[in-house]
Amino acid sequence: MIETLKDYYSGFAIMNQELTLVLVLIFVLLADLFLGEKGKKNLQFAAIGSFALATISGFTVSFGGSQEAFAGMYVTSDMHVLVKNILNIGTLLVFFFAHYWNKNENRNQSGEFYFLTLSTLLGMYLMVSSGNFILFYIGLETASIPMAALVAFNKKNRDSAEAAAKYILTAAFSSGVMLFGISLIYGSCGSLYFDEVANAFQGLPVQILAMVFFMAGMGFKISLVPFHLWTADTYQGAPTSVTAYLSVMSKGAAAFTFLCILFKAFQNYPEIWQNILWWIIVVTITVGNLFAIRQKNLKRFLAFSSISQAGYIMLGVISGSPLGMTSTVYYIFIYLFTNLAAFGIISNIENQTGKVGMDDYNGLYGTNPKLAFIMTLAMFSLGGIPPFAGFFSKFFIFAAAAEQGQYLLVFIALLNTIISLYYYLLVVKAMFINKSENPIPTIKSDNMSIIGLGICTIGILILGFVSPIYEYMTSISFGM
Amino acid sequence: MMAIIFCLGSEKKNIIRMVMAVGALAILGTAVYVTLDFLAQREAGDAADFLFRQDIVWYQSLNINYSVGVDGISVAMLLLSSVIVLTGVFASWGMEIQTKEYFLWFLMLAIGVFGFFISIDLFTMFLFYEVALIPMYLLIGLWGTGKKEYSAMKLTLMLMGGSAFLMVGIFGIYYFSSADGQLTFNIVEIAKNHAMPVDKQLIFFPLTFVGFGVLGAMFPFHTWSPDGHASAPTAVSMLHAGVLMKLGGYGCFRIAMNLMPEAADQLSWIFIILTGTSVVYGAFNACVQNDLKYINAYSSVSHCGLVLFALLMMNKTAMTGAILQMVSHGLMTALFFALIGMIYGRTHTRDIREMGGMMKIMPVLGVCYVIAGLASLGLPGLSGFVAEMTIFVGSFEHTDLFHRFFVIMGCTSIVITAVYILRVVGKVLFGPVQDKHHESLTDAVWHEKIAAFGLIIAIAGIGLAPLWLSDMISNSSIIMHFMK
Repeated sequence: MIETLKDYYSGFAIMNQELTLVLVLIFVLLADLFLGEKGKKNLQFAAIGSFALATISGFTVSFGGSQEAFAGMYVTSDMHVLVKNILNIGTLLVFFFAHYWNKNENRNQSGEFYFLTLSTLLGMYLMVSSGNFILFYIGLETASIPMAALVAFNKKNRDSAEAAAKYILTAAFSSGVMLFGISLIYGSCGSLYFDEVANAFQGLPVQILAMVFFMAGMGFKISLVPFHLWTADTYQGAPTSVTAYLSVMSKGAAAFTFLCILFKAFQNYPEIWQNILWWIIVVTITVGNLFAIRQKNLKRFLAFSSISQAGYIMLGVISGSPLGMTSTVYYIFIYLFTNLAAFGIISNIENQTGKVGMDDYNGLYGTNPKLAFIMTLAMFSLGGIPPFAGFFSKFFIFAAAAEQGQYLLVFIALLNTIISLYYYLLVVKAMFINKSENPIPTIKSDNMSIIGLGICTIGILILGFVSPIYEYMTSISFGM
Repeated sequence: MMAIIFCLGSEKKNIIRMVMAVGALAILGTAVYVTLDFLAQREAGDAADFLFRQDIVWYQSLNINYSVGVDGISVAMLLLSSVIVLTGVFASWGMEIQTKEYFLWFLMLAIGVFGFFISIDLFTMFLFYEVALIPMYLLIGLWGTGKKEYSAMKLTLMLMGGSAFLMVGIFGIYYFSSADGQLTFNIVEIAKNHAMPVDKQLIFFPLTFVGFGVLGAMFPFHTWSPDGHASAPTAVSMLHAGVLMKLGGYGCFRIAMNLMPEAADQLSWIFIILTGTSVVYGAFNACVQNDLKYINAYSSVSHCGLVLFALLMMNKTAMTGAILQMVSHGLMTALFFALIGMIYGRTHTRDIREMGGMMKIMPVLGVCYVIAGLASLGLPGLSGFVAEMTIFVGSFEHTDLFHRFFVIMGCTSIVITAVYILRVVGKVLFGPVQDKHHESLTDAVWHEKIAAFGLIIAIAGIGLAPLWLSDMISNSSIIMHFMK
C-alpha cells in the first residue's frame, strides 16, 4: 500500500520504457509544432531517430524477477519488458515502411501520424503491464481511440472513413461489453486486482458470465471469430501502414495481455475458459482460412490470414503453461517480421503504383524479382514452411498445445495449415507462374523501405536457427 | 557432414551447369567415401547403431538437437540419392528457361533429401522432410508441362496434408518418449526407452504411418503421384520418384514401425491390405494408360506399394528386400523418367499411340529403355530381380492364410508389370513408325548418355553384386530389432 509520497514516486522508477516513450511523444509533438512547413522532412527523421533510440534503450532494462508499483496496479517482469521491446521493433519497422507515404501523400500530417501511433503504443504498454482491470481498461482505450483516428487518416478517401467508423463502433461496443464483464467481476469478487480476483473466483454463474463478457471483448480486439466482422473492411480501408500496425502490434499486445489475465485472474478455473477457447480457436482458424481463399484484394486477403493467425496464437494461450507463454511470445515475434514483410511489399507497391489486387501481382517476378522473392519468403513463413522462421514458431505453438494433450485441436489446426498453404501459394503462383499483359513496372524502392524489408528478410531467414532467442524467452516465461 | 552449399551467383548458364555437375560429382564422391569408410569401420568391429554421429544442441529446453549419423540403410539411401542427383543434373542439362532458379530449387530439394536420410533427431528430420517438399511446387509449377499448375498444387497440398498427420504423430512420440520425464526427439533414445504405452501407440502409429504413406504413394493417398510425375520436368520426376517417394518408406520404417513396434504388429493387417491394393491397383492402372509418364507413375505406385508391403511383413529377409527395392526402384524409375524426358524432348509427345519404331531412329535410347523395362519386371542380373526375390521369399515366411493371400496377390503384380512394360516396348520401340517427322530425329547426345549410362551401371552393378549391399542393410540394428 502507498504509505508516503516517496513510495508513490518510487513507482515510476520501474516504468523506464513508458517514461522514455512519453519523452519521445512530447518531443515529436513539440517538433511538429515548431519545425513548421519546411522542417517536415527533418521531423520524420527526428521522430524515427528518437524512437529508434527509445527502442535501443528498451533492451537495457532488466529486472530479474517480477516487480510491481502503485500497489500492484502496474506489474512488470523481464517478459513484459521483452514484449514491449518486440512491440517497439515492430513499430519501428512500420515507421520505415510508412516513410515514403509520409513524405509524399501524407505530407501535411506526418507529425500527427507519428504522435498518434506512439500514443497507441503507450496504451499497449500500459495494457501489457496492467495488474488491475482498471489500468488494463485505460490502456486498452488509449490504444484504441487514437487507432480509430489513424484508420481514418486518408481524409479524402471514403473507404478510410468507412473503415474508421466500423472500427470505432465495434471498439466502443466491445469495450462496453467488456466493461460490463469487469463490473460483474467487481461485484462478485470485490476487487479488480488480478491476484485478488483469482482468489475470489469460485466459478459462480455470474462470475462465468463476467468472464465470458471479458473474453468477448478481448475477442474483438484480437479479431477472433465470431467477433471478427470489422477486420476485413477496416484492414482494407485503412492506410496500408496503419493496417500493418493494426495487424501485428495491436493484435500481439492484446493477445499477450489476454494470456496474462487468463493465466493470472482466472487461473483457478482453467477448464472453463479452455473449453470456450477450444471452440473459438477451431472456428477462428477455419473461418479465417476459408474466407481468405476467395479474396482478391491483398489487404483483405491478409486480414483474413491474420484472423486465422490469431487462432494459432491462441493455441499457445490455451495450454496455460510456461511453454505456452514462450511459444505465444515467440509466435508474435516471428509473425511480426513475417507479416510486416508482406505489408512492406504491399505498401511499397501501392505507394508507387496504387495496385493492391492479387491479379496485379501477376508476373511480378519478371519485373521486380527482389520484391517477389521477399514476398515469397513471407508467404512461406506465414504458411509455416521450413527453413523459414514461421515453421519454428508454428512447431513450438503446436508443441505447447500438444503438451496438454490437445492432440485433436493440434490436428484440426494442422489440417487448416494446408488450407492456408493453398492461398499463400496462390500469391506465389501469381508472382512466379502467372503471365500478365500489364505487369507492375520495375519499382525503385525508397531507402527506408529497403532497410525495413532487409530487416524483415533477415528475420525470416535466420531467426529460426538462432535458438538463444527462444531459450531466453523460456528462461523468463511463467505459467499459471 | 554434408555441407552442400555451392557458389550460385553466376548468371551464365554454362557456368551454373558446370558448378552443378562438379558439385553433384563431389556429393557422389562423398557418398562413396562415406560408404567405404562405413564398411571399413563395421569391418573393424564398430557395432554402434549409427556411425559418424554428430550432435549439436539446438533448442535446449525442448531437447531438440541437430543430430545426424548413418547406419547401413541410410548409407544405401545416400548412395541412391547422390547417383540420382548427379544423373538428374545431366538430364536437365538442356534447361534453358531461368536456369539459375531451376537449379537453386533443385538443390534445395536435394538438401532436404540428404538431410532427411542422415537425421536422427525427429525435429531435424521433419524439418528436412518439409524442406524437400516445398520446392516441388515451384519446380513443377514453373518448369513443368501439361496441366502443371493443377498438379503442382495437388501434389503440394496432399503431401502437406500427410505432414499434418505426421506432425501430430511426432508430438505424440515426443511426449511419450520417456518414462522419467526426460523427453527427447532422438530416435535412438526413444527406441531404447520404449516408453510409449500400447494404447497410445495405437493412436499415433496410424497417424505417423499414413503421414509417411502419403509420400510413399500408399493407396488411397496416391492420387498426387501420377499427376505430379506427369507434369514435372524430367530431372524433378527422376528425383521425386527415385528418391522423394523413398522418404515415405524410410520414414514409415525408421519412425512409425521402429518407435511403435507393438502397434505396428497389431495394425499391420490394415496397412497390408492397403499396400497390397496399391501394388496390384497401380500395376493394372499402368496397363491402360497411354501417356508414358502416367504409365511410369502408376508403376511407381505399384513398386513403392511393394516397399511398404514388404516392410509390414516384419521379418529380416522381407525388410532387407524392401530397402533393396527402394534402391532398385529408385534407380530404375529415374532411368525411365530420364529416358521419357529425352524422348519427349524430341517427339514432343508422350502418347504411345503416336509413337513407334523408335529403336531404329534412336537406338541408344531404345536399348536403354529396354534395359530399364527389364529391370522393372525383374530380370535376373539386374537390380529389380534381387529386390523382388528377397521380398517375396521373406514374405512367404508367414504361413497364415491372410499373409499368404496377399503375398500371392503381390506376386501377380510381377506378371502385370511384364504386361505393361512389354506393351510399351513393343509399341514405341519396335512397332511401325507412326509419324513421318519422327524419322528425322537424332539419338542421345553426350550429357544424356552420361545420365542414362550412369544409372544403368548402377542397376547392373546391384544386380550382379548385391551381397555387400544387402549385408550392409540387413546388419543394421534397426532390422535386427524386429528379429525378436
